Amino acid sequence: YIVTIRVKPDHSGVVTDGVKHSMNPFCEIAVEEAVKLKEKKFIKEVVAVSCGPTQVTETIRTALAMGCDRGIHVEVSGKDYEAMGPLQIAKIFAALAKKEEASLVILGKQAIDDDCNQTGQMTAALLDWPQGTFASEVTIDGEKVKVVREIDGGLETIKISMPAVLTADLRLNTPRYATLPNIMKAKKKKIANMKPADLGVDMVSRVEVLRVDEPPTRLAGVKVETVDDLVAKLKANGTI
Amino acid sequence: MAALFKAGKALGLCVSGCRSLSSLAELPEMHQMMRQTCRDYADRELGPIAGKLDKEHLFPAQQVRELGAMGVMAVEVPEALGGAGMDYLAYSLAVEEISRGCGSTGCVVSVNNSLYIGPILKFGTQKQKEQWITPFTTGEKVGCFALSEPGNGSDAGAASTLARQEGEEWVLNGTKAWITNSWDASATVIFATTDKSLKHKGISAFLVPMPHPGLSLGKKEDKLGIRATSTANLILEDCRIPLGNMLGSRGSGFKIAMQTLDSGRIGIASQALGIAQAALDCAADYAHKRTAFGAPIGKLQAVQFKLADMAVAVESARLLTWKAAMLKDAKKPFTKEAAMAKLAASEAATFCGHQSIQVLGGMGYVTDMPAERHYRDARITEIYEGTSEIQRLVIAGQLLKEYAS
Repeated sequence: YIVTIRVKPDHSGVVTDGVKHSMNPFCEIAVEEAVKLKEKKFIKEVVAVSCGPTQVTETIRTALAMGCDRGIHVEVSGKDYEAMGPLQIAKIFAALAKKEEASLVILGKQAIDDDCNQTGQMTAALLDWPQGTFASEVTIDGEKVKVVREIDGGLETIKISMPAVLTADLRLNTPRYATLPNIMKAKKKKIANMKPADLGVDMVSRVEVLRVDEPPTRLAGVKVETVDDLVAKLKANGTI
Repeated sequence: MAALFKAGKALGLCVSGCRSLSSLAELPEMHQMMRQTCRDYADRELGPIAGKLDKEHLFPAQQVRELGAMGVMAVEVPEALGGAGMDYLAYSLAVEEISRGCGSTGCVVSVNNSLYIGPILKFGTQKQKEQWITPFTTGEKVGCFALSEPGNGSDAGAASTLARQEGEEWVLNGTKAWITNSWDASATVIFATTDKSLKHKGISAFLVPMPHPGLSLGKKEDKLGIRATSTANLILEDCRIPLGNMLGSRGSGFKIAMQTLDSGRIGIASQALGIAQAALDCAADYAHKRTAFGAPIGKLQAVQFKLADMAVAVESARLLTWKAAMLKDAKKPFTKEAAMAKLAASEAATFCGHQSIQVLGGMGYVTDMPAERHYRDARITEIYEGTSEIQRLVIAGQLLKEYAS
């Protein structure tokens, strides 16, 4: 969605009330990969999970419409939701992965609102499972997963055993549009509801946000005619 | 069940069989999801190419296939026949969102759903449905609807295309005009006179595959708008088809055409809504960004009044369209409401197209901005599938019937 993000007047965060939310794009890619693996018969069942207030069920339903079999909504609202960060979510995911006896946990590499890039890695660490992050290609080979990772230096290929945690990067796949018949079918699929306490997870945050500010407004620049002018100006304002 | 109804009405939810006014304010969850999916598709896949499709008169074949895969090319068709199995309200929402991205693509979707598949779904035999609907649900093939002739548009009862029986075949002769999708279609529902003495009760409907010996296409019309669709004459010269290709009973063609157009009106109303909304979006966005007299022009009352009028026109036409669709889904009479929806939506589209250019000023006149394309695309909605004048006759006719003593 194209929304204008505004900082709250008390600088404690950004305004989320009344702002239209949607599935994180990297999570869409993760859902698509999971559904693809099921279509190729490598996995039996795909469970879509999301943590947050009631509106989150709309996003879970979109995942169901893309082909997931059932959903789990872990209800977190109010102050707990505002303080919720990667560590709390990772604890919830780890607890669920054990409870559901999952062979794979697939997430988006990061959320585009906070850009943390921590949840997948923390989940793997809490479970003591291998992780294949920034995946641009995933192949299941018996009890192992071959993951091609996008790293700064290029591409890295690793082989990890299952159960494992994978995080999806941009080029892993192109998510499908939910078809109309699947949207209808999604209505009948179940979304279970639970609270973090049901999973034995404490939501206390170890991080305190002190202040949120908008980036400084970009000031107008000055055009110069020659490189000599540029050097002179940079010297004059103390940059060099 | 009664308790469910009460609870449904109180919460403003839509329980099946209980379409109440409360659901006009908030659509059922499934419809909202469907609307969002179509909107996402239109924003990402149609919006960026709509200008190119219009400029180069390109039929959006790939997009039509993708829409077919989503179920949008056969929204009301039951799943057993390959469709999405949804209701007319869902169809209306889909057409509106697709048209918002590209008016031409919305037209292709509407013609395939309402004018081609519509009559076969309603009047066809099971065999005809399997043969003529199922292959047209995937987006691989589209159909068209041939009623108008060079000699009669609004005067549909005067069909001069003739069909005579020769042994096990029908032989068709004549010319049909203004046929949308003609150059891209793989089949047509076509109307011809089987008994001239019976006047409009002597018209029958036929299914003809395309291409087919005896059926040729005239030149592609160079149109003001919806230029990515092909519009041409269908010329029939001793075009032979098996007897089994008659749709419905002999002489019921006029009835089939009129009932098809009744539903088709909701589709065109939805297309007009999409174009109108796109024009409004364009103008409102510009009003935020363009500054004049030291402030964004959205601060000027002259611009504000235009935007307000546009918004009211679109929203009221939309509610009329939803109401007509919901009446149809509830199997209640909807002729008057469909005509009102088509009239209101098409006039809203031309109004919004016009005012959008006005808000953009000089920028509205050039092809850099989509306003001029919306203006051109909107114009046809007041003409095809029943001119605004015909809609007024239909509405008045229904209205006077209600007041007759």
